[in-house]
Amino acid sequence: MLSEHFSKIEGVGIFPVISLIVFFLFFVVTIVWVFRLDKKYLSRMENLPLESSLENNPTGVSSHNNSEMKDEVNQ
Amino acid sequence: MEVEKFSYDNQIVKQFVIASVLFAVVGMLVGLFIALQLYIPELNFGIQYITFGRIRPLHTNAVIFAFVGNLIFAGIYYSLQRVCKARMWNDKLSQFHFWGWQIIILAAAVSLPLGITTSKEYAELEWPIDIMIAIVWLAFGANMFGTIIKRREKHMYVAVWFYIATFVTVTVLHVVNSIELPAGILKSYPVYAGVQDALVQWWYGHNAVAFFLTTPYLGLMYYFLPKAANRPVYSYRLSILHFWSLIFLYIWAGPHHLLYSALPDWAQSLGTVFSVMLIAPSWGGMLNGFLTLRGAWDSVRDNPVLKFLVVAIAAYGMATFEGPMLSLKNVNAISHFTDWTIAHVHIGALGWNGMLSFGILYWMIPKMWGTKLYSKKMANIHFWITTLGIIFYAVPMYWAGVTQALMWKQFTPLGVLQYPNFLETTLEIIPLHVIRSFGGLLYFAGLFLLVYNLIKTAKQGRFIKNEEAEAAPYTIEADKLKRGMIHHWLEKRPVKFALLSLIVISIGGLVEMVPTFLIKSNIPTIASVKPFTPLELQGRDIYIREGCVSCHSQLVRPFRSETERYGEYSKAGEYVYDHPFLWGSKRTGPDLQRVGGKYSNLWHYLHLEDPRQMSPGSIMPRYPWLLTQTLDTSTTPSKIRTMRSLGVPYEKDYDKYANQDLIKQANTITEDLINNGAPAEPDKEIIALIAYLQRLGTDIKVNQEAGK
Repeated sequence: MLSEHFSKIEGVGIFPVISLIVFFLFFVVTIVWVFRLDKKYLSRMENLPLESSLENNPTGVSSHNNSEMKDEVNQ
Repeated sequence: MEVEKFSYDNQIVKQFVIASVLFAVVGMLVGLFIALQLYIPELNFGIQYITFGRIRPLHTNAVIFAFVGNLIFAGIYYSLQRVCKARMWNDKLSQFHFWGWQIIILAAAVSLPLGITTSKEYAELEWPIDIMIAIVWLAFGANMFGTIIKRREKHMYVAVWFYIATFVTVTVLHVVNSIELPAGILKSYPVYAGVQDALVQWWYGHNAVAFFLTTPYLGLMYYFLPKAANRPVYSYRLSILHFWSLIFLYIWAGPHHLLYSALPDWAQSLGTVFSVMLIAPSWGGMLNGFLTLRGAWDSVRDNPVLKFLVVAIAAYGMATFEGPMLSLKNVNAISHFTDWTIAHVHIGALGWNGMLSFGILYWMIPKMWGTKLYSKKMANIHFWITTLGIIFYAVPMYWAGVTQALMWKQFTPLGVLQYPNFLETTLEIIPLHVIRSFGGLLYFAGLFLLVYNLIKTAKQGRFIKNEEAEAAPYTIEADKLKRGMIHHWLEKRPVKFALLSLIVISIGGLVEMVPTFLIKSNIPTIASVKPFTPLELQGRDIYIREGCVSCHSQLVRPFRSETERYGEYSKAGEYVYDHPFLWGSKRTGPDLQRVGGKYSNLWHYLHLEDPRQMSPGSIMPRYPWLLTQTLDTSTTPSKIRTMRSLGVPYEKDYDKYANQDLIKQANTITEDLINNGAPAEPDKEIIALIAYLQRLGTDIKVNQEAGK
């Protein structure tokens, strides 16, 4: 069995703690980064699926402007 | 910049759609059939190939890998081309992927009823098929990355990230969980044993749900929901957060399937903590889905596609809330091994996967055939039948689950089990199982409305085999890299993106598994635990072949209600020679970990011939073929050799005379049976199975007796 080829290591209890810290840091970094994203990029990405098919607009040009959509919703 | 003309390949999407719908019908029909067998055991008509234990894996595999799998590929091939503004990289590879996948399904459909199984849930297929899966899966990955690399769109839409994570993770899961040593052309033993095997299997099992039934479907949701609602996703920021935290967290949660088991405590706690944390990204995704429809809820009323999508997302929210709750130890103590689990997975399968699939199909088919849906009304009826079906399915199963748990744990004021006979608890829930199968029938019937509606839709339109499109080519030079845009940088490099995903998902898996593999002290060895005798080993393989593990666990949890009923609770050291582990996940019948020596050989003989001879009212199927089929002893030497190379301490060259011991043990059991009046023959399969059952859990008893 695999385990027979390895020897014992100490302090296994630290594993869960390390894991939690690793995830927490990962999460914080992701949040900071997400909020620093460029608005233009976000709006472009949001509309990507809507513009990519010819069945919606044969010209291939986006007819869905994000700010317009939001206005619609607010009305 | 000059605009390039190209076309999207709809043909491959169409093929996957047809396969998906076809296997939805087959998979759910088998599901309905086995649901009926659970209260009408005669429904196997005495045929071993369609007995519950063998075709339950057929149902799960057909639904997961054939129905959902083919739909994932259909949805990915449709959406990936469009968000990348590129045709699939290689049409031939697409075809190879399609036909390869169908051949795998066919191989599963033949091998599982024949009893060719590894017994590991959702990974039952034997090693030659495992290799086929790996090849076809890599072909799919190559095709996907080829398409992403030659795309005309600068950025990768979030759906594509989910597809990449799916590919990367499923590859890792499949490879790690399928490391097995062949003991014949259609037989293998996993290199892991007992606790380690259980940990790897449920790391796989849990993440198969996560990365085969969830992440690809989330990708599809992020594409098809905005399309169907004709509005952008609510928050792209949230989708990024959803993605990274989901794939980071999911991989850790596997041990929640093994609470109160012989797995080390710290690993169990880790599984619980990360499962609870999973609520956050899951609900983030659900809310992102719902909020995409903000201001458009009126259209849900008359758009059947949106109806299906909304209920699917709601089911996702329910299942991802319930999952973490079930992984709390005190809830799990009640829910585990009961029908509660079955209810939970069906909220996911029928609600999330089923409803999202139907919504996508109702949207995609009219688009690909250049027409409108044949009948909105019929789709609406389908929606309501399906919704009712889910309710009729889930409610009785929750009820049954709680009933089982309460009855299993009920003590009288005198301190003895109120229902010492397990059968009482089984009979109590039969009416609920009847209602459950009615729910399944409703859901299954709804499927025919879908099939009819889609065929009519296709007939009234004309299939657009290659959909014309045009877009400007994308070159890296044309794009100026902005500072601080790490993700933009990453997105433009799909391979690096995949690598990062791989790292993120590996952390959790490694932290969980490495210590268990490294540290001997995690699995305390017990001196009295000895390897199986050749006859017991053969019997164990019959146990695996017949799928006994579908209904019987081999894991006594450390609760008084369980030790009273079954005996001493299970220790990690008892399983060191169990390649594979057979802990099971559901108790339709009682636990068998301590069944050895509990009944006479004759009892087992008669019970297997017809369970109702010994336990009137039992719902266990009959196994008369075990009494007549001759045990194949030609496989003994290769099985012993394989076990030896896996570290099971059989003596050197034992394989050469193992069959002598086998015959000796078989003769002893047969003699006992004949003396008690059973017309037993020593070379029949039933003798091996009895030998195995009589051995179960006895090593510890020996230990205790020696201790006294």
